[in-house]
Amino acid sequence: MANLRLSREYSVLSLAAPEVGARTRPGQFVMLKPAGVTDPLLRRPFSVFEILRDSRGAITGVSILNKRAGRSTKRLYDLEVGDVVSCLGPLGLPFTPVSAPRQAWMVAGGVGLAPFATLAESLAASGTPTTLFYGARTSDELFYLDFFGRLGVTLVLATEDGGRGVKGRVTAPLEQALKSVGADGAMVYACGPEPMLEAVAKLAARYHQPSQVSVERVMGCGLGGCYSCVVPVKHGNEEANLVRSCISGPVFDGAELVWD
Amino acid sequence: MDLSVRIGSLTLPNPLIAASGCFGYGLEYEQVVDLSTLGAVVSKGLFLKERQGHPPPRIVETPAGMINAIGLQGIGVHRFVKEKLPQLRAHGARTFVNVCGSTLDEYVEVCKVLSQAEGVSAIELNISCPNIKEGGIQFGCSLTGTYEVVSAVRKATHLPVIPKLTPNVTDVASFARASEDAGADAVSLVNTFLAMAIDVETRRPTISNVMGGLSGPAIRPIAVRMVWECYQLVKIPIIGMGGITNARDAIEFMLAGATAVQIGTQNFVDPFVWGKVLAGIEDYMTRHKVERLSDLIGAFDPSPVRGDKPVVGTNL
Ligand SMILES: Cc1cc2nc3c(=O)[nH]c(=O)nc-3n(C[C@H](O)[C@H](O)[C@H](O)COP(=O)(O)O)c2cc1C
Repeated sequence: MANLRLSREYSVLSLAAPEVGARTRPGQFVMLKPAGVTDPLLRRPFSVFEILRDSRGAITGVSILNKRAGRSTKRLYDLEVGDVVSCLGPLGLPFTPVSAPRQAWMVAGGVGLAPFATLAESLAASGTPTTLFYGARTSDELFYLDFFGRLGVTLVLATEDGGRGVKGRVTAPLEQALKSVGADGAMVYACGPEPMLEAVAKLAARYHQPSQVSVERVMGCGLGGCYSCVVPVKHGNEEANLVRSCISGPVFDGAELVWD
Repeated sequence: MDLSVRIGSLTLPNPLIAASGCFGYGLEYEQVVDLSTLGAVVSKGLFLKERQGHPPPRIVETPAGMINAIGLQGIGVHRFVKEKLPQLRAHGARTFVNVCGSTLDEYVEVCKVLSQAEGVSAIELNISCPNIKEGGIQFGCSLTGTYEVVSAVRKATHLPVIPKLTPNVTDVASFARASEDAGADAVSLVNTFLAMAIDVETRRPTISNVMGGLSGPAIRPIAVRMVWECYQLVKIPIIGMGGITNARDAIEFMLAGATAVQIGTQNFVDPFVWGKVLAGIEDYMTRHKVERLSDLIGAFDPSPVRGDKPVVGTNL
């Protein structure tokens, strides 16, 4: 439906997929591939970014936040209106929502912003006080701030070059906030680069707050068929098991993920 | 139109089989495809006990294919029988179980467990996984090893036994022959080709196991050649696979001598592939006035073609 270039790397690709949109819950993903393309062969997983609606509020599709990195994402970046994309989904387990008085803190690094647009909408609908801790390389790469602002989300920004918000990693302001978290506590949601996820999960645990982490793994099928996308997960005192992030995730309890 | 095919004592309603390791335990796909409409479903490779497999990354995409080294992560045969088989039966799936072993005794043991379970249609004997040292490849790469393990399993079960052959040998057909001599009901081929890909920027491996098995369209012409070689040497049915993406590819394997075909990697690309291939086969049968699909098995005419006629319209 549209491919909005946000920068030379990022674009928001809108797909006419009403059924996918209607069924998607925050944190779920789709497997995409431009139709007719045989190289690259496999689909790529993308978090659903927005659920799209027409002027009367009827769901018309979904968008994804795409960052040009490899050949597949470049192809998606270059798509034009009218091109056909094969979209399989929604897949995976969604975030578990929280509600007031507990707060929701969403921690996003770069393209890890993607699952938080739909989560913020559902949290706003339930009246949960929500904060977005959002880190990027530069201020040009902080996207959709107005969108989150309109939903009443408190924004805490960090850029590596200090162009906007705190200079450095987003985990620094997160830790500040965790130090003074109120008695009602916060649920920490995280999506972004692996080192950030590890830091966030460990910080949340250190300050005795629960966390839900959305991981990204190389995926073959997205449906549990190939066992490519496994992550080590540990329940209580059991030994760690390799579980498929496509069907047992991509969202995991941060305290149960094993970091190497 | 008759799409059924026979493998030993089994009759399958159509020749399309979900390849091992590419379809989970089948149940993962119950939302996407009616399992009873497939010719059969092959389980992920199973040992006696659970296995964790290799650390990720486990796959890398390569031109027209992918390399995998999953390392046979699996729940073990006992849990499979208890947790998966009853549901597969309820779906009306014909289930082939891909059996692995580190030793001859383990193969026999796993097959005995399966023989007592209800709902197993056949045993696909995995003597060809390239990714783990103790995964049967020591049997699959030696003619005497192949003969011994197939004979031992043959004695231990009443179920059809279908050794799955590795292409990583000089002469696959001789392994098909050894299997036939040892009492196999059919053979399936090919498993993946041992391969590797290097990340040249970092000079490091692309997957944790360094080497893995290549699958997908990249291997199809070699797999077709191997099926044809086996077809000329053995009488037992051949289940062909390697890079099948559509009806044309499936028919190519049947013409080369396959009685049935398996689809692996393409199911990742398009889990709705099954209905499309079936429809394409029916279309081919109509266009070529083929009443019984089994008439196509080995119907390839190898007589020379004239060099002045370009191959057109075949969409290879
Ligand atoms: C991710 C993956 C896992 C596989 N696991 C198994 C397995 O457990 N047992 C087995 O016999 N073959 C396994 N195979 C091999 C396939 O069953 C098949 O022989 C091969 O992929 C060629 O077919 P294709 O090109 O259609 O994928 C696996 C292949 C892939 C890609």
